[in-house]
Amino acid sequence: MFSDPDLLKFIFGRLTLEAIPYHEPILVATFAAVVIGGIALLGLITYYRFWGALWRDWLTSVDHKKIGIMYVILALVMLLRGFADAIMMRLQQAIAFGGSEGYLPPHHYDQIFTAHGVIMIFFMAMPFVTGLMNFVVPLQIGARDVSFPFLNNFSFWMTTAGAIIIMLSLFVGEFARTGWLAYPPLSGADYSPGVGVDYYIWGLQVAGIGTTLSGINLIATIVKMRAPGMTMMKMPVFTWTSLCTNVLIVATFPVLTATLALLTLDRYAGTNFFTNDLGGDPMMYVNLIWIWGHPEVYILVLPAFGIFSEVVATFCGKRLFGYASMVYATVVITILSYIVWLHHFFTMGSGASVNAFFGITTMIISIPTGAKMFNWLFTMYRGRIRYEVPMLWTVGFMVTFVIGGMTGVLLAVPPADFVLHNSLFLIAHFHNVIIGGVVFGLMAGVYYWFPKAFGFRLDPFWGKMSFWFWLSGFYFAFMPLYVLGLMGVTRRVSQFEDPSLQIWFVIAAFGAFLIALGILSLLVQFVVSFIRREELRDTTGDPWDARTLEWSTASPPPDYNFAFTPVVHDQDSWWDMKKRGHSRPLAGFKPIHMPKNTGTGVILGALSVAFAFGMIWYIWWLACLSFAAMVAIAIGHTFNYDRDFYIPADVVTATEGKRTEMLASEV
Amino acid sequence: MPAFLKFTRRFAPLPPLLLLAGCDLVVMAPSGDIATQQRDLIVISTVLMLLIIVPVIFLTLLFAWRYRRSNTNATYDPEWHHSTALEVVIWSAPLAIIIALGAVTWISTHKLDPYRPLDRLDATRSVPADTKPLTVEVVALDWKWLFFYPDQGIATVNELAAPVDVPISFKITASSVMNSFYIPALAGQIYAMPGMQTKLHAVINKPGEYEGFSANFSGDGFSHMRFKFHGVDRQGFDAWVARVKSQGTALNRDAYLKLEKPSEREPVRYFATVEAGLYDAILNMCVTAGKMCMHEMMHIDALGGAGKESVENRKRLEYDNRHALEEGAGAATFPATGTPARSQEEPQGTNGANEPMQHDMPGMGGHEGHSIPEGGGDPAPPQLNH
Amino acid sequence: MTDFTDHSVREGQAPTFYLKEEHHPEGSTMLGFWLYLMSDCLIFAVLFATHGVLGRNYAAGPSPADLFDLPLVAVNTSMLLFSSITYGLAMLEMEKANRNSTLAWMAVTALFGIAFVGLELYEFAHMIHEGAGPQRSAFLSSFFTLVGTHGLHVTSGIVWMFVLMAQVAKHGLIVENKRRLMCLSMFWHFLDVVWIGVFSFVYLMGVLG
Repeated sequence: MFSDPDLLKFIFGRLTLEAIPYHEPILVATFAAVVIGGIALLGLITYYRFWGALWRDWLTSVDHKKIGIMYVILALVMLLRGFADAIMMRLQQAIAFGGSEGYLPPHHYDQIFTAHGVIMIFFMAMPFVTGLMNFVVPLQIGARDVSFPFLNNFSFWMTTAGAIIIMLSLFVGEFARTGWLAYPPLSGADYSPGVGVDYYIWGLQVAGIGTTLSGINLIATIVKMRAPGMTMMKMPVFTWTSLCTNVLIVATFPVLTATLALLTLDRYAGTNFFTNDLGGDPMMYVNLIWIWGHPEVYILVLPAFGIFSEVVATFCGKRLFGYASMVYATVVITILSYIVWLHHFFTMGSGASVNAFFGITTMIISIPTGAKMFNWLFTMYRGRIRYEVPMLWTVGFMVTFVIGGMTGVLLAVPPADFVLHNSLFLIAHFHNVIIGGVVFGLMAGVYYWFPKAFGFRLDPFWGKMSFWFWLSGFYFAFMPLYVLGLMGVTRRVSQFEDPSLQIWFVIAAFGAFLIALGILSLLVQFVVSFIRREELRDTTGDPWDARTLEWSTASPPPDYNFAFTPVVHDQDSWWDMKKRGHSRPLAGFKPIHMPKNTGTGVILGALSVAFAFGMIWYIWWLACLSFAAMVAIAIGHTFNYDRDFYIPADVVTATEGKRTEMLASEV
Repeated sequence: MPAFLKFTRRFAPLPPLLLLAGCDLVVMAPSGDIATQQRDLIVISTVLMLLIIVPVIFLTLLFAWRYRRSNTNATYDPEWHHSTALEVVIWSAPLAIIIALGAVTWISTHKLDPYRPLDRLDATRSVPADTKPLTVEVVALDWKWLFFYPDQGIATVNELAAPVDVPISFKITASSVMNSFYIPALAGQIYAMPGMQTKLHAVINKPGEYEGFSANFSGDGFSHMRFKFHGVDRQGFDAWVARVKSQGTALNRDAYLKLEKPSEREPVRYFATVEAGLYDAILNMCVTAGKMCMHEMMHIDALGGAGKESVENRKRLEYDNRHALEEGAGAATFPATGTPARSQEEPQGTNGANEPMQHDMPGMGGHEGHSIPEGGGDPAPPQLNH
Repeated sequence: MTDFTDHSVREGQAPTFYLKEEHHPEGSTMLGFWLYLMSDCLIFAVLFATHGVLGRNYAAGPSPADLFDLPLVAVNTSMLLFSSITYGLAMLEMEKANRNSTLAWMAVTALFGIAFVGLELYEFAHMIHEGAGPQRSAFLSSFFTLVGTHGLHVTSGIVWMFVLMAQVAKHGLIVENKRRLMCLSMFWHFLDVVWIGVFSFVYLMGVLG
C-alpha cells in the first residue's frame, strides 16, 4: 500500500524523505542540539510541574505584560538563530578566497543570508519592539490592559507561528535562496521551484496578520485608554513613538500582505503579476515591497528613539529637552517615511527627476532625525548623568547612529548610490542604523524595564560587558564593510578571487566574534541576575528614580496594573507626582474588571502552522482541514460571551497591602 | 564651489588613503570620468555632512563627560527643557545642510543620469563634435555576461573592451532574472532586467584591466558572474576586435540558446559573427522559435488585444529562459535538496513543432522590429551576417 | 473627558493624583474595527493599483470589451446596493429593539449577498470556460484577484451574517450583539463602497475607457 505513489503523494504532497537534510552535517548537529535542548527544557518543565502554570498563566494569558514578555523571549530566541546565520556568513566570507569554496556551497550560503535578513527583521526586531510596546505602553498611559486583550494574545501566537514556520525550514526542506525581500522573477515559480520561497511567504503572511492586528490594538489602546488628564501632548515620548510606529504598521503591513499574496498566486495559481511572461511586471513587486519596506525601518527605529528619550531623561535626572519638537519630529518622520521608497532602487532607471525627488525626500528625513539627536544632546546638557547600563547604550547609540545616518544620506544621493548600491557599504550602513539604533535601543529598553517586569534589576557588570562587547564588536564588524564597499565589493557573494580583500573580512569576522561575546554576556547577565535576584530586588517599583507612570506601580505590577487609575497633570506625570507629594491611597479599593484568559489564540496559532505546512508541501488535505478548523474555532470563540471577571476588592486590598509593607520595609 | 571642489578632491581622500595604504579603493579612485564625478559627489556630500556630524559627536562626548554625576562642579538644572533660540538652531542647522545637499543632488542626478549621453570626456575635455560613441549591448545571462558590439559585428562572453576616451553607450538587458551591470572603475551600476532595456553612458580615461560583475543577486552562480573590462587605446581596440573576429565562432540563435542555459565560471568566449537581430530578440524574449516577441505583444495590446480566439498566443508568451522546464515538469517541483531544478544536459531539441509566426494577427502589419525565422522547425540558419 | 487641569493647584490645594472611582474608558471597538477596515482598504488599494498597472496587459489576448457583460454586472451591482439598504433597515429595527424584524432584514441581506456571489461565480466560470482564466494574461490575473478578493470578503460577510443571526436569535439584542451588528454594518457598507470602485474602475473604464 505504501508503494502506491498516488496515495503517497496525496498524504505527503511533495514532502519526501529527501527533504530531510540528514546529509548536511551542520544541520544534523543543529537539529541534535535543538532536540537535546528541547528535551531538557520539556524535562525541566515536567520536573518542576510547570505545565499547568505555563498553560494557565502564560500561553493562554491575555495580560499585556505577560504577552510583552513572551514577545521579547521569542525575539531573543530568534536573535540567537539569526546571529548563528550571521556568524556563519562571516566565517564563509573570511575563508572563501583564492579558489577555496569555503565551507558553505552557494545553495546553502544563499539560504543563510536570506534567513538572516528575514529572521532579524521579522522575527527578532519586530517581536522585540512589539513586546516592549506591549509591556510598557498600557503602563505608561495608566491603563489596565490593551483595548483588545484576546486579540493581543492571538497576535502574539500568529507571530510565533510565523517564526515556527521559518524555523521548520531548517530541518524540513530548505529556505528561500532569494535575498530577504524575494524579488521576482527569481522568487517566482520558474526560477525558485522548491519550497524555500513558500516557507518565506507563509511564514511572513502568518506573522504579518499578527503584526497588523497588534498595530490596530495598540493604536486603539493609545487613543482610547489613556488615564484622565493625559492629553496627546502629555503622553510620554515612548508612547508617542509607539503610536506612530503602530500607525505605520497598520498603514504598511497590509501592503506587504497583498504583495506577498500576489506572489503566492503567481507561484500557486499560475497568475502573471510578477512573471516575465504574459504581461507581468516584476518591477511592480519591487515598488510594492519597498512601499512596505521603507516604513518598516521606521517601525523599528521609532520605538528605539522613544526608549532613548525615556532613558536619557531618567538618567540625566532632567526633563526631556524640547518635548514638542520631539513629538513633531516623530510625526514628520512617520509621514515622510512613505514617500522615500524608491531610493532602494535608483538603479532601476526611473529617470533623473524621479530619482532626485526621492533622493531629496529621503534627505529631508534627516532633518527631524537631526533635531531629535540635538534634543537628546541638550537633555544631557546641565543634567546629572548616572551611567547605568541603559545610559551607556544611549551614548553609544548617539555616536554610532549619526555615522549610520550620514552614510544613509550619502546613499540617498542617486549618483553616489549608483556606485554604492548593493555593495558592502550599503550593508555596513543599514547595520549601522539597525544595530546602532534599533538593537542598542532594545538593549537599553530591556535593561531599563527589566526590573519593572520581574521585580529585580539586571546585573550591571554583565550588562556593561555586553555593552562594550557589542559596541566594539559592531565597529570591528562593520567598519571593514564600509571599506570593502569602497573597494567595489558587492553583497551576497560567497566566494572571492581578490586576496587583498581577505584581511578586511577577517577583521569583520573578529567583530562578529566580539558581538557573539556581547550576546553571551547578555545571556550570562540574565542567569547571574536571576541567581542574585534577592540582592537586586526592586522593592520601590521605581528603581531608577524615573519619570513616567509605569514606575508608579509595583515591580512587577499586579495583574490590574493600577489599583486606582492615576490622574495626569504633567508630561512626566510620575515625576510630577513625586515632586508634588502624592500619597498612595491605602483604602477604598473596589473590585476590578478584568478579561479572562483563553486558549483560542494558541490553538489558532498551532492550526496556522499546520495550514502553512500543508500549503508549503502541497499536502492539500492538511491545509483544508486546518483551515476549516481555524474558521470553526474562530466562530466558536464568538459564541463565548463569558469573557471577563472581577478581581474582588479584598484581593486588591491584600495585594496593595503587601506593597505597602514592602515600601515601608524599604525606608 | 569649484575651488572647494578642487580642495576636497585633493585632500579629502588623503586620510583614508593613509589608513588604507595598499588596498584598492576603486570607488574612491576610479578611472572613468562618470565614476570620478560620482566619487567627487561622495566626497562633497560627506564633507557637507561632517560639518554637522563632527560637532554632534564632539558635543555628545563632551556633555557625556562633563555632566557625569560625579562632576558636582557642573551646573545641574533639572527643569531646563526649552529654549526657542536653541530649537531654531537645531531645526535650521540640519535644514541648511540638506538644502545645500538637495541642490547638489538635484543638479548631479540630472547631470549624471545614466541615460544622458556624455558631453565631456573628463574634467578638461568635452566630447569632440564628430565622435561616434561605441555601442555595446549587454545581456546578463545565468550566470555570465554576453556583450554585443553591433558596429563591429562581434560578440563576447565575460570580456569587455573599449578604447579610452571614447564615449560608450551601453544598452542593457537580461535573459531570465534581474542583475545589475557594474564596473566600479568606469561608472555606477544599472539594473539588467529581462524583457526591458536600461541604458548607461560612460567613458574610460585610463588604459587598464578592470573588474566588472553583477551587483544584484541572481541565484546560485552569482558569485562568479564576473568579467574583465579592458580599457585600451585605439589600436589596441582594433587589434582586440580583429582577434575576436579571427578566433571567434558564430553566434546564431541556436548557439545563443545553448549559451543561455545556466552555467557558472564560464570562460571568455569570442563570437566572430552575430546573427542579425539577435540582441533585439533576446530583449524581446523571443529567441526560441515560435515565441512571440514582447514588443509584438505590446503592440497588439495597445490596439485592444487579440480577442477571445487567441488561446494559442498564451503558450507563445511563456518564456523559460533558464530552461528549467526542458526536462519535463517533474524537475520543477523537485523538493528542497539543493539540487537545481534545471538540467545541465543538452536540450531535447528546440520547440520545432511550434507553429510559425502568425502574421495575420490583428494589428500586426507594418510594425518595425526584427523578423522571426519562418518555416517552423528550422532554428535560424547559421552565420547569417556581416 | 473631564478636565483635569490644575485649577486646584492654583487655589493652593493638593492636586488629585488618583481616580477614586473605577475608570471606564470609552469603548475602543468601533475605532479598532475602523482601523481594521482601513488596513483592509489598503489591501484593496494595492489590488486597484496593480490593476491600474497591469489592466491593459492583455498578453495578446482578450480585453475587457471582449469579456465583460455590463448588463450582468449592473444587475450584480444592484444586488449589493440593495443588500446595503436592507442591512440599513436591519440596523433601524435593531435600534427599535425589534429582534425578529432585525433577523428578517439580515436574512434578506444575506440572500442579496448570496445572489451577488452567485452571479460573480457565474461570470468567472463563463470567462474561464472561454479560455480567459486568471492565467491567461496579467490583466486577467489582476481582474480575477481584485474582483475575487472582494467576492471572498462578501462571502465571509455572509458567513458572519449567519453567525450573528444565530447569536441574536440566541441572546437577543444585547450590548455585545449590538456592537457586533454595528461592526458588520460597517464591514458590509465598506464592501459596497469598494464594489462601486470595482464597478467603475474595472468594468466601466475597462469597457468604455
